[in-house]
Amino acid sequence: MRYLPHSDAERKQMLDVIGVNKADDLFASIPKLAFKSKDFNLPDHSPEFLVQAKLEAMAKKNICASDAAFFVGGGAYRHHVPASVDHLIQRSEWLTAYTPYQPEISQGTLQVLFEFQTQVANLTGMEVANASMYDGSTATAEAALMARRLTRKNKVIMLSGLHPQYLDVVKTYLGDDDGLVCLSEADDANIGSIIDDKTAAIVVQTPDFYGNLRDIKSLADIAHAKNALLIVVITEIVSLGLLEAPGKLGADIVVAEGQSLGNPLNYGGPYLGLMATRQKFVRQIPGRLCGETVDASGRRGYVLTLSTREQHIRREKATSNICTNAGLCALAFSIHLSLLGQKGLAKLAKLNHARAVKLAQALKEIAGVELLNKSFFNEMSVRLSKPANEVVEALAKKNILCGIPVSRLLPNEKEAENLLILTATELTSDEDIDRLSSGLQEVLS
Amino acid sequence: MSMNSTGRPTRANDAPSNEVDNLKNAALLPNEPLLFEIGDIDHCGVDLPDVKIDSEYLSGFEREGSLDLPGLSEPECLRHYVRLSRLNMSIDAGIYPLGSCTMKHNPRLNEKMARLSGFADIHPLQPVSSVQGALEMIEELAFWLMELTNTDAVSMSPKAGAHGELCGMMAIKAALEAKGQGYRSIVLVPESAHGTNPATAAFLGYKVRSIPANDDGTVDVSAVIDALEENAENVAAIMLTNPNTCGLFEPDVIKIADAIHQAGAYFYCDGANFNAIMGLVCPGDLGIDAMHINLHKTFSTPHGGGGPGAGPVVLSEALAPFAPVPFIKKDGADLSLIEHVDDSQSFGRLTAFHGQIGMFTRSLSFMLSHGKDGITQAAYDAVLNANYIKARLEKVFTAPFGNQPCMHEILFDETFLDGTGVSTLDFAKAMIDEGFHPMTMYFPLVVKGAMLIEPTESESKKSLDYFCDKMLELANDAIAGNAERFTQAPKYAPLSRLDETLAARQPKLKWIKGD
Amino acid sequence: MSETKYSTDHEYIRLEAEVGVVGISTYAQEQLGDIVYVELPNVGAKLSKGDEVAVIESVKAASELYSPVSGEVVEVNEALNDEPALVNSDAQGGGWIFKISLSDKSELDEMMDEATYTSHTS
Repeated sequence: MRYLPHSDAERKQMLDVIGVNKADDLFASIPKLAFKSKDFNLPDHSPEFLVQAKLEAMAKKNICASDAAFFVGGGAYRHHVPASVDHLIQRSEWLTAYTPYQPEISQGTLQVLFEFQTQVANLTGMEVANASMYDGSTATAEAALMARRLTRKNKVIMLSGLHPQYLDVVKTYLGDDDGLVCLSEADDANIGSIIDDKTAAIVVQTPDFYGNLRDIKSLADIAHAKNALLIVVITEIVSLGLLEAPGKLGADIVVAEGQSLGNPLNYGGPYLGLMATRQKFVRQIPGRLCGETVDASGRRGYVLTLSTREQHIRREKATSNICTNAGLCALAFSIHLSLLGQKGLAKLAKLNHARAVKLAQALKEIAGVELLNKSFFNEMSVRLSKPANEVVEALAKKNILCGIPVSRLLPNEKEAENLLILTATELTSDEDIDRLSSGLQEVLS
Repeated sequence: MSMNSTGRPTRANDAPSNEVDNLKNAALLPNEPLLFEIGDIDHCGVDLPDVKIDSEYLSGFEREGSLDLPGLSEPECLRHYVRLSRLNMSIDAGIYPLGSCTMKHNPRLNEKMARLSGFADIHPLQPVSSVQGALEMIEELAFWLMELTNTDAVSMSPKAGAHGELCGMMAIKAALEAKGQGYRSIVLVPESAHGTNPATAAFLGYKVRSIPANDDGTVDVSAVIDALEENAENVAAIMLTNPNTCGLFEPDVIKIADAIHQAGAYFYCDGANFNAIMGLVCPGDLGIDAMHINLHKTFSTPHGGGGPGAGPVVLSEALAPFAPVPFIKKDGADLSLIEHVDDSQSFGRLTAFHGQIGMFTRSLSFMLSHGKDGITQAAYDAVLNANYIKARLEKVFTAPFGNQPCMHEILFDETFLDGTGVSTLDFAKAMIDEGFHPMTMYFPLVVKGAMLIEPTESESKKSLDYFCDKMLELANDAIAGNAERFTQAPKYAPLSRLDETLAARQPKLKWIKGD
Repeated sequence: MSETKYSTDHEYIRLEAEVGVVGISTYAQEQLGDIVYVELPNVGAKLSKGDEVAVIESVKAASELYSPVSGEVVEVNEALNDEPALVNSDAQGGGWIFKISLSDKSELDEMMDEATYTSHTS
């Protein structure tokens, strides 16, 4: 077996040094009854080319984005990742290192985390960021819990327009809890009368699940008037190249999905949760933090710090049980963002918006399609004259992946049946939009 | 006050004596400035057209200020991250024997397979009919996991081991509530457990009751039974790591499972150490109700400097109905995805989308490569390697539970260093000067100055011999009184010891210009 | 200044003008190592003897401080927010943690005096 170094002769020599006759003797402490009760219905080992052939056959059964006219978003976005990003993250020193528990020989990872934290803080307009979470949805749930700890209050108000699966995750994390208030679109306008002194936080996503841009500043004012926190959720981080940073508008905690930069779609994971907040809240932030310090000779260096918040020290009193985070995804994000810089990110964001405007204009021309957004960044929702899931399936047969039928995420909402959410990015070509238009015209006529 | 001290120094030691000049290593280990110090607001490593936009759809929310994000051209970028990478130790560069972390070889075929566009370039919300191959891949991995554990179900959504613990414990909570026993409020956790175990139990509102260890490092089964008798109606579950964090198989695991089930509670197993027994022992046969499997440990997905991980949870028949959404359903040849809780007892959703698919591809590639024979041989070799290190070191090193073979990792304490002026921390730092990544130190908490060494199956005999030779040489030098080699270490790393006290007292968590 | 009393959990208390000044003993700070953060209680908090009242953090550990007596917190040592190292350098002086108005002074009688505490920790 190509990954196992020992020859049988070496195994025998080693058993001799240990002083046992056979390898099974090393398992003598395991009670007889504990050994497996059956033979496995699994194949034996296999050469590289056969494993590759088997997995390639599975991969070929999928319609990948690059082979389709592609308009799917909803919390996972297809962007171009520069070739150098994937080359760099495959270097052994990044790929096969562990959490930097020994800082003297982990300064590469630690400095990158420090740079990553700075990039995330600057991008979101916040004072500090952590070294990443699993993804945007779990980061949102952790932010709600963090707000409860900070305010010592219980009520968390979720505005409408939060990604439905994010909302589900928040419900799972917070438990069956009357402190969780989920507003409908109609309720959103009355937030001023719904918030009260028991409110820990308001949670709002922008651009929201339907693509609309939300007014962060007025929500921050409403929250702060009741000593509550404003949590802003962002699923498309590229939007910050064009839109104002939530921290500048009064957000107290910003959580985001960072997949858009550096990370492929990967059918949903691994992704990258971002979390940023104010300096004064830092002792309640979950997850790892990297900080600057000096070595014994006074040279600048970096260490994981404030770890008394974490499970390996606080155990049952930790801020969260999170341990492993998304290190390599954070590295990819950081490299991509360093290649872009402020200038490149702004250009990328504008390009995304321009492609989305082009898409919106095309959609408005199609009979049976009604554009619902007054505002958007690169994602928008439309009402179709037919159930959206039927349209999506029909177009998929023509290699047009035209978006997300809202009914897939909200099957019980009757009025969502005909809603479709579409996204355009820098990778969306005029030809893609033309194919979509004619496809929709055909299916809706 | 609670004297919760692990008692290791966290300040930088005194400056190394002048005879060692770290800068002498600078030829290959450059001092690399921060991105923000070398980058420039006007530099950019990506060519994009500069398009004009009007603000019709932006509702006045456009950004006004600067983001303070400098850019790098592509050559500047490559150089920055290549130079930084050289400051890292990695598995590919040498033995990385972090106990409990299973730092095994990461096959590059795995990386290649995860990057097939049919897996990497598909969207979690594109039509299920267009991703049948991806679902087939997940199903196949799930089948391997259930076979190897002899269990009835597996939830694929958890993002990492600790997330898997949350998943398993939530399933237990939901199962108890379905039986009208939501009042059960206590979770038993051995004191040698990973910190994530009590953190997870507490996260779900359970009271943690600590279970002491026997003198031989295993769980005291009578303490478990006492705790159950004392709280007959109130124990929800036990969270047990097996093999445990002292590197030992729990000999009474079946007895413990029986007692737990008799009390109407559930058995959660932390599967962090599954590498020792895969292919030999099936957790399902032991009476385990839920166990997470760290794909980034046992099944070779890269640790990536701290993630991403993946922590699928295998479940017993009793817990299977409560698994989170989504899960895959077979309709003849077609695979469909159940994404909603309705009409099921599922406890809900743990993450957006479907889990760490990119990690699944890598793990399946590892499993198919090994096959059942290779997986079993890997467990044998992992245990062989740990016992070989034990046999070679135990004449000098002190193994607190050493009168029995260990599993895939060997635990020493710092008794052998008594009176030398050298601590476990110092010893670890001296290992760095010999070119090794140190073992896990000060964990588990049940012994003083723990040194937990896990070589994994990936180390050759020559590599192990070199490691053992150097470890013995270091130990003998410490005992001979050459403390300075240790207390001043590391001398040959890019940096000497770092001042963790300063970092924590005055947290500086981002770069600020001129600061 | 009255006599300093000690709990078995290494808190000290001394009365200054009828108000108890509470902190951790010099011996305890040595055991904990470098203190990096002290989570202070809220002024006005009502405590029973033995209640968890503050958390003292070193880099690698967090230790709970239990109130050695019952009463109400009347002042906390804000200086520790900027300089937690005071607990190390002057545990029983400038490194005090909070002041408490005692509701039952007889609780002091159950605590150790200097000499007993010294033999307790040696």
